[in-house]
Amino acid sequence: MPSLDDLKKRIKSVKSTQKITKAMKMVAAAKLKKAQESAEKGRPYSEKLQNIILNLTKSISEGSNAPKLLVGNGQDKVYLCVVITADRGLCGGFNSNICKLAKKHFKNILKEGKKLKIITVGSKGHDQIKTEYGDHIIYNKSFKDKKQISFNEANEIGKKVIELYQQEQFDKCFIFYNNFKNVITQIPQAEQIIPTFMKKDDKTKDKVFLYEFEPDEDEILEDLLPKNVSIQILKAFLENAASEQGSRMTAMDNATRNAGELVDKLTINYNRSRQASITKELIEIISGAESL
Amino acid sequence: MSEEFKIEIITPDKSIYSGNTEEVVLPCFEGQATILKNHIPLITFLRPGIVEIGKDEKFYVEDGTVEFSDNNLLILSTTIQSFKMINADQKNSMINEAERMLSSNQISDKQKYILNYKIETLKQIN
Repeated sequence: MPSLDDLKKRIKSVKSTQKITKAMKMVAAAKLKKAQESAEKGRPYSEKLQNIILNLTKSISEGSNAPKLLVGNGQDKVYLCVVITADRGLCGGFNSNICKLAKKHFKNILKEGKKLKIITVGSKGHDQIKTEYGDHIIYNKSFKDKKQISFNEANEIGKKVIELYQQEQFDKCFIFYNNFKNVITQIPQAEQIIPTFMKKDDKTKDKVFLYEFEPDEDEILEDLLPKNVSIQILKAFLENAASEQGSRMTAMDNATRNAGELVDKLTINYNRSRQASITKELIEIISGAESL
Repeated sequence: MSEEFKIEIITPDKSIYSGNTEEVVLPCFEGQATILKNHIPLITFLRPGIVEIGKDEKFYVEDGTVEFSDNNLLILSTTIQSFKMINADQKNSMINEAERMLSSNQISDKQKYILNYKIETLKQIN
C-alpha cells in the first residue's frame, strides 16, 4: 500500500502529463486544419495533371519510342522505395503503420530475389527502418527545420529520383505514405510512381478528346512526366502532413482521456487510504479513552 | 449565346483563379496564343510570360501546362503569380538571378531561350 504522500505525488505527475497531452492535442488540432486545407487544395492539381497525362497516353502510339518514365525500361530487377514519415513522434501509430507496410513490401521484394534501394524522408521512418534494412538505404532526408512543406521540397526529392532513374539505378519506384481520409482514419498506402501507373478508370473517362498538341506529344510528355513525379511526391507529403496531425490529435485525445481516468482512480485510492488512516486514529483514540 | 468559357488556374498549393472569360492570351512555348470559345482541344506548355485573362487580370508565369477541352481552360503551373502580388524588389532580384544564370556558359540553348523570355517579361512588369 503506497503512502499518502506517494499517491499525492503520483496524482500530481499524472495531472501535469495530462496538461501536456491536452496542449499537444490543441496544437495538433490547429495545425490539422491548415494541413488538411493544403492537402485538399493540392488534390485538384495532381488529379488534373494525371488526367492530362492519361489523355496524352491514349493518343500516343504504343511504340517503343514512348518515354521510359511512362512505360518503364522493360526491366524489373531493382526497386526504389521512397518511405515518407514524420519528423516527430507522439502521433500514435502513424509512423509505425507506414513502416510496417513498407517492411512488408521490402520483404516481398527481397524474397523475389530483387534488389532493393530505399530513400527515407523524415527522421522517424529512418530510425525504424535502418535497424533492419540499413544497408539498403541510399539517401535520407529530413525537413525538420521547414515549417510548411511546399513544392520546392517535393521537387528536391523528385529531381533526386529522376536523376537516379536516368542513371539507371533502379527500374521501378514506389512511394509509401499515409493517405488522409479523415481525422480518425489514415490509410498507409503504397503507390507506384515510376513507371507512371495509370488507373484504368472506365467509368469517368467516357469522353475522349482528340487533342491538338503543341509541340508534339513526345515533347510534352517529356516535360510533364518528371513534373508528375514531383507532384505525386508533393501530394504524398501533403497527405502525410495532414495525416500526421490527425493521428497526433487522436492519440493525444486518447492520452488525455486515459490520464483523466487514471487521476480519478488515484484520487479514489487516495481518499480511501486517507479515510482509513483517520478511522484508524479515531479507533485508537476511542479505545484509549475507554480504557481510562 | 454567350461567348464566354470557363477558366481555372491551379497551383500545387491551391486554386488561384476560377471564372468565366471571353479571351485568354497565353505565352505558349512556341509563341503567343489566344484562346477563344470553341477552340479545338489543345494541350501545350508555357514559357515565361504573361497570361492575360480578359482585360484586367494578368498573371506572371514561368512554366506550366495548359489543357483546353470542352470549353474548359485549365492552367497548371507551379510558378504562376498575380501581377498584384509582385513588388519591385522581388522583380529586380528575379531579373538579377536570371541574368546571372544566363551569363554562365553551362546552359543549353533551350534554357537560354527560356531565360531570355523570363528577363524580357519581368522587365515589362511595372
